[in-house]
Amino acid sequence: MDLQTFLQQFVNALSLGSLYALIAIGYTMVYGILRLINFAHGDIFMIGGYLAFYGVSIFVMPWWLSVCLAIVLTTAFGVVLERAAYRPLRDSPRISIMISAIGASFLIENLAIVLFDARPKAFPVPDLFGANYVIEGVHIAAVSLIIPVVTAVLLAILLWIVHRTRTGMAMRAVSTDVDAARLMAIDVDRIVSITFAIGSALAAIGGIMWALKYPRLEPLMGIMPGMKCFIAAVVGGIGSIAGAVLGGLLLGLIELMTIAFLPELTGYKDAFAFILLIVVLLVKPTGLLGKNQGEKV
Amino acid sequence: MGMTNIKSVSRNTWLTLCASLAGIILLFVIEENFDRFTMQIFKLCAINVILALSLNLINGFTGLFSLGHAGFMGIGAYTCALLAMTPAQKEANFILQPIVPWLLDVHLPFLPALLASGLVAGLLGWLLGVVAMRLRDDYLAIATLGFSEIIRVVLTNAQPITNGSLGLKGLPRYTTMWWAWGSAIVVTVFLVLLIKSSYGRAFKSIRDNEIASEAMGINVFGMKVLSFAISSFLAGIAGGLLAHYLTTIDPKQFFFLKTFDILLIVVLGGVGSITGSIIAAIAVTASMELLRFLDGPLNFGFMVTSGTPGLRMVFFSALLMIVVIFRQQGLMGTSEFSWDALARIGLLPRRKRSHRSNGKTGKERVE
Repeated sequence: MDLQTFLQQFVNALSLGSLYALIAIGYTMVYGILRLINFAHGDIFMIGGYLAFYGVSIFVMPWWLSVCLAIVLTTAFGVVLERAAYRPLRDSPRISIMISAIGASFLIENLAIVLFDARPKAFPVPDLFGANYVIEGVHIAAVSLIIPVVTAVLLAILLWIVHRTRTGMAMRAVSTDVDAARLMAIDVDRIVSITFAIGSALAAIGGIMWALKYPRLEPLMGIMPGMKCFIAAVVGGIGSIAGAVLGGLLLGLIELMTIAFLPELTGYKDAFAFILLIVVLLVKPTGLLGKNQGEKV
Repeated sequence: MGMTNIKSVSRNTWLTLCASLAGIILLFVIEENFDRFTMQIFKLCAINVILALSLNLINGFTGLFSLGHAGFMGIGAYTCALLAMTPAQKEANFILQPIVPWLLDVHLPFLPALLASGLVAGLLGWLLGVVAMRLRDDYLAIATLGFSEIIRVVLTNAQPITNGSLGLKGLPRYTTMWWAWGSAIVVTVFLVLLIKSSYGRAFKSIRDNEIASEAMGINVFGMKVLSFAISSFLAGIAGGLLAHYLTTIDPKQFFFLKTFDILLIVVLGGVGSITGSIIAAIAVTASMELLRFLDGPLNFGFMVTSGTPGLRMVFFSALLMIVVIFRQQGLMGTSEFSWDALARIGLLPRRKRSHRSNGKTGKERVE
């Protein structure tokens, strides 16, 4: 393994890790507020990709318009999903709400197979993103540069919202203690909706960038990235935005570097994330940056 | 505890015997009179009964949300297939790379192979259970899902043992009507007895309140691991039956979405009800076939795999959502079938009240 290969893999890992990070943020925010694994998050990611595709291919929109519309519609979808599938069960046992999340994911996937067709579709990549640069023998696709930059910008905006606005303060309050937050006259339902909106918007952007990087759309494309990003969120410390970003980058790095160093393990790529998850859960269940929450009787 | 009680027990015993006899006759009639297509559906019903019961044991009775069933089924299916195939069949399958020598000459009859598939899956479940049962709630769910995926990835890549993604073809068609329903009935009886035993009561107490049951002197960790291992054992048996029912297996069939199919059955039937799981397994399997027309002419063949879902699966997943949101207890909640209950709702002649409820295996519901 020479420096050139290392740099090449590092560039790839950075863009993959940024994508993971973007999606992991959605998981971590929802979990932080509702203590719910939003199994359907990966499917929201898939819908984002498909909507952008249809905007360009059927409605012949310019790509930027299509992308903006896809983000808006996916955001709306995420909010509706929460209202329809999760809100009625908010006071039910945790297992019920998790089954509801699994059911929602199941339903969206099957609907997508019927509506979008199970055959994979080729995502039209605009020329701007399709470019490829070679620097010192390292191939860098334009997308690989754009993805980390977009992620960084979005992360900055998100951190500003969470830490500098009243809504963000309310979100942090709800995540710390729902009942106390309600007593402080915080509209919990509104905060949950906003959280889902932000998470879904990030998932949509992630989905579209994923489609630019791997231009192939399938109804079940969200499952694996979805699982991996949830794992990234757990590894980083669920509930912590910085942790989700760290976990996402770490997971991208581990996946690609292991393959680069030990090519014979390529077939096991999809298992790395799960092994990492189990190790982290056993050694440090709160994740790398998570806070320890005492067990309540 | 007087004469009435003895009388009621004997009445219930008679009813049970009659129902069992009727069930056996029914199996004969089906075997003799129905075409192969219908038979396949009946067999699949039995396999799904076992799967639903085993998932219900861990999720419903012990209250541990496990999503690892597809993996344990895969282990069972591969173990059973590799033990029961003849050396010639194995050689014909392994075209990329020869099978490992120690596995080539192993050739067992179906029953030992099936038991071995359960034991291997159960042993693995026990080992993984020791690791996973340190976690709780959604962390447990995601970790068991992780196990399932790791198993699938290993099955895909361990080419010299499992033939990798090519899978195994041409397995002997051992899973007859008698094997399928026989296993389902044995599993049902076993589970009814287990749930009524002190172990079953311990499982349920863990589900209801873990801390209280620990205070009562129950070895909570040990019981959780035991429940997980038994559940994995049963999933392995079902996997072995499934392998010799489909006669073709490959790792993709054991993707974790398969677990969600079983979860659908358990939730519809009622989390924590054996009767509910049995009824739902049969109803869902049968209606998956009846509703096949929804999938349109593109869909041919007779197998219910998660490989070619369409509108039909939309229907089932929508049904799951409706049940979860509007009727969380599913069909049966946590109640079970009994003759006394039938008498209470007026389907059997009423008799004097007895304090003893005679739980049934639920097999009678087959008819």
